Amino acid sequence: MHNFDFAKPSTIADAAKALAAEGAQALSGGQTLIPTMKQRLAAPAVLVSLTGIREMQGVCLGEGGLHVGAATPHAVVAREARAHYPALADLAGGIGDPSVRSRGTIGGSIANNDPAACYPAAVLASGATVVTDRRRIAADDYFQGLFTTALEAGEIVTTVIFPIPQKAAYVKFNQPASRFALTGVFVAKFASGVRVAVTGAGNDGVFRWAEAERALSADFSASALSGLSVDPAGMMSDLHGSAAYRANLVKVLTGRAVTAAG
Amino acid sequence: MSRIHVTATVNGDPVEFLADPRETLLDALRNHLDLTGTKEGCGTGDCGACSVTVDGTLVCSCLMLAAEANGKRVETIEGMARDGLHPLQRKFIEHAALQCGFCTPGILVAAKALLERNPDPSETEIRYWLAGNLCRCTGYDKIIRAVQDAAAEMRQDHRGAA
Repeated sequence: MHNFDFAKPSTIADAAKALAAEGAQALSGGQTLIPTMKQRLAAPAVLVSLTGIREMQGVCLGEGGLHVGAATPHAVVAREARAHYPALADLAGGIGDPSVRSRGTIGGSIANNDPAACYPAAVLASGATVVTDRRRIAADDYFQGLFTTALEAGEIVTTVIFPIPQKAAYVKFNQPASRFALTGVFVAKFASGVRVAVTGAGNDGVFRWAEAERALSADFSASALSGLSVDPAGMMSDLHGSAAYRANLVKVLTGRAVTAAG
Repeated sequence: MSRIHVTATVNGDPVEFLADPRETLLDALRNHLDLTGTKEGCGTGDCGACSVTVDGTLVCSCLMLAAEANGKRVETIEGMARDGLHPLQRKFIEHAALQCGFCTPGILVAAKALLERNPDPSETEIRYWLAGNLCRCTGYDKIIRAVQDAAAEMRQDHRGAA
């Protein structure tokens, strides 16, 4: 690792101030950033830990749905979201392994926007609102491609607000070594319609599958997907799975998620 | 790059040290505190050899900065045996649930964290909980059996004590 100065503010305001420094970088659970720094792929001059900010911790019901503090570890979301939004709790409880879930946070996950991360699927399918220290960003505007988001330099995700659907489920096909989603699909049924978000498959990261949303809004059953297909042209291809394989997984997992949502 | 004064509790003992910002909790345990039972396998959070608990939650100490341990309660493999070996340690020996032993401290710490939450885990729950701990010698079966046997003994002892 290259050397850096370490800061651990206890308020969002102090963190924002610290992140204004040249070469400053926010650190949340560190499950991606620390290995990246060890490989010298990231070399921040100042590392600003967000783990000591109480106002960014915890899960509670509030205006607009379930408010999840951005520095809340996955294990805590798995526990505290259970009674309010079980599909979100299931997703959080299935990320990585217990050690990852102890440290990794929702804010870190969606700020990094790994194309195979689980949380972006929940945020996009729920039509969640990403609250930062500067503004509120709709999920549809937030995710902008591989490791790319609407966040500006130094902007801090503070809370994610999830509208709670009538029915929802997340189903992923694990990449068995990393336990990232080889492909994962989050289906959420609201009174206004169904939203389907796919992670681990698209060339540009998480995306909504519009055809499936239309079909499922008319008929919320796995059989409603039978006539649909996903174009492999937009899918990632790597040693774990070809584009055609992923395209098929999207359809299969969407059906399974609909069935699991009940 | 200024060093950071860290005070923490490790295995019940108060400790303090000056951490370089780059040092991980694993580095601090091994190099400042001479607690070399916790191993560095991959250094990237994949293998679990560096598993410890921080305020009761299981973490990879290689992915947590030492500075983040300030004010925390850390438990490592060195704190596991109290009056004699912990039941998990004894059962690992009885079942030969190790060969080279490099992954064993991490697996024992992880298994202890599981049994504290869930005294009667199913085989599936044990396997999922230990998903972050790699062993390249045993093929896992003996590890799972040792954890099940230790859990059974601990439940028995608990009932006996109640």
